[in-house]
Amino acid sequence: MADIKFNEANQKKFEQLLKRYPQKRAAMLPTLWLAQEQYGWLSPEVMTYVGGLLEVPPSKVYEVATFYTMFHLQPVGKYHFQVCRTLSCQLRGAEGITAQLKKRFGIGIGQTSEDGRFTLTEVECLGSCGTAPMLQLNDDYHEDLTEAKLDQLIESLE
Amino acid sequence: MDVMEAKVLTKNFGVKDSHTLPVYESTGGYNVLKRLFSMKPEEVIEEVKKSGLRGRGGAGFPTGLKWSFVPKDSPKPKYLCVNADESEPGTFKDRYLMELDPHRLIEGIIVCSYAIDCHQSYIYIRGEFVFPKERLEQAIAEAYAKGYLGKNILGSGYDLELTVHRGAGAYICGEETALLNSLEGLRGMPRLKPPFPAVVGLFGCPTVVNNVETLSALPFILGEGPEAYRKFGTEKSPGTKMFSVSGHVVRPGNYEIPLGYSLKKLIEEDCGGMKDGKALKAVIPGGSSVPVLPAKDAMEVNLDYESLAEKGSMLGSGGVIVMDETTCMVKTLTNLAHFYAHESCGQCSPCREGTGWAHKILKRMLAGEGRAGDLETLHRIADNMAGKTICVLADALAMPIWSYLKHFRSEFEAYIEK
Ligand SMILES: Cc1cc2nc3c(=O)[nH]c(=O)nc-3n(C[C@H](O)[C@H](O)[C@H](O)COP(=O)(O)O)c2cc1C
Ligand code: SF4
Ligand code: FES
Repeated sequence: MADIKFNEANQKKFEQLLKRYPQKRAAMLPTLWLAQEQYGWLSPEVMTYVGGLLEVPPSKVYEVATFYTMFHLQPVGKYHFQVCRTLSCQLRGAEGITAQLKKRFGIGIGQTSEDGRFTLTEVECLGSCGTAPMLQLNDDYHEDLTEAKLDQLIESLE
Repeated sequence: MDVMEAKVLTKNFGVKDSHTLPVYESTGGYNVLKRLFSMKPEEVIEEVKKSGLRGRGGAGFPTGLKWSFVPKDSPKPKYLCVNADESEPGTFKDRYLMELDPHRLIEGIIVCSYAIDCHQSYIYIRGEFVFPKERLEQAIAEAYAKGYLGKNILGSGYDLELTVHRGAGAYICGEETALLNSLEGLRGMPRLKPPFPAVVGLFGCPTVVNNVETLSALPFILGEGPEAYRKFGTEKSPGTKMFSVSGHVVRPGNYEIPLGYSLKKLIEEDCGGMKDGKALKAVIPGGSSVPVLPAKDAMEVNLDYESLAEKGSMLGSGGVIVMDETTCMVKTLTNLAHFYAHESCGQCSPCREGTGWAHKILKRMLAGEGRAGDLETLHRIADNMAGKTICVLADALAMPIWSYLKHFRSEFEAYIEK
């Protein structure tokens, strides 16, 4: 495995963010975010590297990373579909959205398509209940979904 | 009072480029700071107390009173943590406040920080809110450049640094002490109280945790005065509040209303009535954690702390979830139980086990395998959860369980007979 190390831009960002906290450890979440941005997911090697930077044992980093749903402990597809399954979305048809994606990609919830392009997960309320049903695709929200709108979204992906 | 007149927080919604500094300034933004720095911190706290502002994050604690618990003689630094975790199902107001009017929040943050003698504030924002976070960061950069943040703000001698801290997906981090642990780089697990954060909070220092909406009301209160704020709302529930309406209405969305406003009017007039002309069955008035109201109670209640308590529910975060006659209440409760079981941090057995078992039983019932005694078991689980844990996440499922079983018992029984 190649050496795990922040690239130049991320190293700068890391040094900047340390200045905002009186304790190094408080930079844990932002540092993990930087690491995930660079590597796509948090492998044990990446977590060990982050522990070294923040002067905490790797086990502490692991403990934190496993607590939060947005940190990936294994690689995810290029397009990560996260469908909200909570009440307001369920009332307005979230189940149909999930079913459509399952069928289209031929995968179940929590799975990644064989070509590594699509990952499908169900998530809890994303704070977008007024525009339900909705999903998050990578960083972006897609709201007021219909079958046709979802088809269009998928067609638009490379 | 008409909803159109109650514009304390949403005055600039709909104005082009409302998120930018020039537009905010052109509507009188940051004017309050001059007055702020001419006042003593105690005087600021006094004005906020007079306004009657209560926390809009869910618990409704009086804001000025909370600030007054911060020890003035403590040699330690003080912190303000802004709760922008917004993860109570049915609630989506803070997101719009940050996207459409981030400078109002920043101005509110300066007011609170000055009042409690804080020089470093953190905005803890949920990890999924990538776009609101970008908007906030742009606004903060603008505010620094204009001298509203940083060293010696407007020549007052007062310094304030403001940092956005991104969460990473965990409902429990909205609970104030879990938020503090998360910010410190730990798992987001709630702390035992007391001590309360005002005395021992972030990094062991005195800390105020306030919700985005609470802080966004401050520029109005300081600018127009507590009396002007009290013109909205009722004697005991003064001011305006954001209500996020979702579910089976024609026009879901955010509505700023004067407290004491009729829920019936909100649903039937402002939200355009029920979707597809269906009849109303039930309303959750304050986010998924509060007791559900059957249609009859919902149609009579006003949206303020006291009226909702009288009907056996709570104002909570103001997430109004509307359900029509076709809604299956067993399925609804199962959905919520799944949520709380998933989000329990697991450190208290009554919560970890109770949310898990409640979900398992409900799921089995929903699958057509309800057994005699299931409803009694659910009730017993709820009784054993509420009031027995470190934080109130356990109560947040107990309250729905009790209220669904009370108001919609026959629907649950039908699943057992099958
Ligand atoms: C399980 C749980 C989740 C919470 N989630 C949030 C939240 O997402 N946003 C929020 O502002 N307050 C939330 N709260 C309430 C906070 O603990 C706290 O009362 C609030 O941030 C105080 O601010 P306020 O006085 O301005 O309302 C939550 C509480 C609990 C018990
Ligand atoms: S009540 Fe539940 S969420 Fe709250 S601290 Fe205990 S286990 Fe964690
Ligand atoms: S329930 Fe789906 S965004 Fe809130």
